[in-house]
Amino acid sequence: MKLLVANGYVIDPSQGLNSGKNLLIEEGRVAGVLDRGEPLPKDVEVFDATGLMVAPGFIDLHVHLREPGQEYKETIATGAAAAVAGGWTSICAMPNTDPVNDSPAVTRFILEQGARAGLANVFPIGALTKGSDGKELSEMGELKNAGIVAVSDDGRSVPNAGMMRRAMEYARGFDLTVVDHCQDQSLSAGGVMHEGRWSLILGLRGMPATAEEVDAVRDCALARLTGARVHLAHVSTRGALEAVRRAKELGLRTTCEVAPHHWALTDDAVADYDTNMKMSPPLRSRDHVGALLEGLRDGTIDAIATDHAPHHADEKGLEFDQAPFGITGLETAVGLAFDLVHQGVISLERLVELCATNPARIFTLEDRGTLRKDSWGDITILDPEHQWMYDSSKSKSKSRNTPFDGRSFKGAAVATIVAGRVVYLHPDFARITASKQSEFAAGG
Amino acid sequence: MTFDRKHLLGIRELSAEEITHLLDTADTFRDVSRREIKKVPALRGRTVINLFFEASTRTRTSFEIAAKRLSADAVNIGVSTSSVSKGETLLDTARNLEAMAPDCIVVRHSMAGAPHHLARMCNAPIVNAGDGAHEHPTQALLDALTIREHKGRIAGLNIAIIGDILHSRVARSNVFLLTKLGANVRVAGPGTMVPAEFAELVEHGLRVEQRIEDAIEGADVVMILRIQRERQDAAFFPSMREYAIHYGLHPNHLERASPEVIVMHPGPINRGIEISSEIADGSRSLILDQVTNGIAVRMAVLYLLARGNHTAQEEPSVKPSVPAGNGKKVRKGTKA
Repeated sequence: MKLLVANGYVIDPSQGLNSGKNLLIEEGRVAGVLDRGEPLPKDVEVFDATGLMVAPGFIDLHVHLREPGQEYKETIATGAAAAVAGGWTSICAMPNTDPVNDSPAVTRFILEQGARAGLANVFPIGALTKGSDGKELSEMGELKNAGIVAVSDDGRSVPNAGMMRRAMEYARGFDLTVVDHCQDQSLSAGGVMHEGRWSLILGLRGMPATAEEVDAVRDCALARLTGARVHLAHVSTRGALEAVRRAKELGLRTTCEVAPHHWALTDDAVADYDTNMKMSPPLRSRDHVGALLEGLRDGTIDAIATDHAPHHADEKGLEFDQAPFGITGLETAVGLAFDLVHQGVISLERLVELCATNPARIFTLEDRGTLRKDSWGDITILDPEHQWMYDSSKSKSKSRNTPFDGRSFKGAAVATIVAGRVVYLHPDFARITASKQSEFAAGG
Repeated sequence: MTFDRKHLLGIRELSAEEITHLLDTADTFRDVSRREIKKVPALRGRTVINLFFEASTRTRTSFEIAAKRLSADAVNIGVSTSSVSKGETLLDTARNLEAMAPDCIVVRHSMAGAPHHLARMCNAPIVNAGDGAHEHPTQALLDALTIREHKGRIAGLNIAIIGDILHSRVARSNVFLLTKLGANVRVAGPGTMVPAEFAELVEHGLRVEQRIEDAIEGADVVMILRIQRERQDAAFFPSMREYAIHYGLHPNHLERASPEVIVMHPGPINRGIEISSEIADGSRSLILDQVTNGIAVRMAVLYLLARGNHTAQEEPSVKPSVPAGNGKKVRKGTKA
């Protein structure tokens, strides 16, 4: 089967491509990027991308799919459906399921459920320690053979620096990236929001930015000691970014990601005790958001990851102190990332780098995040001008815990292709392309 | 001036005019408690539910008496938070109560924001009777009423608040209220309980001091906060003995204050810890006046919220029977 993605602008930072090209996919892989006008092979299905951006498939390094164990919040199938609707062709599933993904059996189960859903590629992340309890190393070698792409005890950081050192040293032997949720528990315990003026006004216990900084500094020091690949998840503070910046200057293999809500919202959004504003790390103050925008601009931040964390309405309907941390994010991330483009914080190329090129590199996902010949035919098709409003009641996710319900966006993923197969088409796709074509014809 | 809010969730969102109106209304109700027959028919036929998820004697009794002196039917429900976390959620509890058509729900909860949560889901007016470390609006109102009674004003007064500022809802509500009415507020206590960022709580009129002596210097009012051992899961100071010596209020402290200084405490007091008995029982202490004023303030709050959907026909029949003793203020305070 051959698919020709025709008449779009191909943006692929891995090859420095940003021009009008046709993209040919054969047998699920990229067969070539063709100049317009080049003769087309026979028996080819044409996907018209006139006026649209064609990018290597977006890869979300950080999602919680809840299966196995908490299928009432999300399943791998519903999570994958939300992913492709949001423009993500690959999602990396954190291991904090029930049971924790610390065994090859769980890893294989996740891979099978992902394949059965047949939407986004689902890549499991294995636990760093058994049961993610920070005490004994997980069987990383066996987990890697079963198919994990990284190791992490996300949700909790590894509290003991000696244990973290050993985990990094061990993971290095399998070339597995160690992902850490930086948060010194002795500083943040009991906190439910960012510590600052708003936590004082609201009488809620705060998590100081320093709790993240202390762990980030520790992890960077351990990365230097061990030489491991270390990736800091959802960095939200100025201090943690400074630590990563310094680690990069030292030439360490240290990377980090940012979640869209951390630049789109600030801690004052908690003012009404809305539990959809409760996540960990928490929404920060303006100063920290400024530091994140700087990091997105100057390259300190490597990736955009959603930290998609579905929870049932009954759980989010509890008192603020009692409600669980986390919000959904797969369907709103690309829209929020386009805000950055329209505000001039980042370029379109940089957007693709943050969502595709770099994520593939961080987890060493072979033949992804690029449109080079023979890479996987995973494509995200973007319309930077499409204006839309998010309606969470129509979400493909099982859960509705989003702070962005009813928000307006400019810019969206309008089609998602995985291994040469169109797995998502925007409901208005026909209308969008029709208007692009008439624009194209009129404007030349 | 009318008070047209549906709920009383905190002081922070109120204007100085709304606060003054609440205090004026409370002034008019003070007289009811001095009469032989301590009852007016202002809320006859109305139901007030006191929903207390946290132990309280003083505040719950105060609300109950306030409701009864207004002729409302008051129902007290005490729910231990632990049993709620095991079974029925706050929302389900509230929905069940709502089905019984109360005219007002007074709620106390150990978690900040719980009353806001109820206000979003319930039709009945919600009165916050203390939520976690957030606010305790009726306490701040009764404190202000007491200050006004003794000082004649609030604007321009120097007011020191001493103790565990971090965990205190009384401190927050008082800071919001007193600065809105133009007082100069200074807070002080152990460094672990008085975060420097507290100074940013309001735009002006608030200073954070490290030493309690500096906060008390020239003070017209000294408010002492209760050390709430039950609210702390970690050690914020080394020992009660150390606290009593370095942060407890002693008679010599008052030499720095204004000669007419008054001393207040929201109760219940820990004698010899945050306040010495000489001061608590002395002539400057207004601790019991505060309790008395608590009834008047809560009558005012319930009156303004629970009568809620009065029709125009009903209104006149209620108005004349509201406090008779201070006719001039009655008309001013309760005019719809």
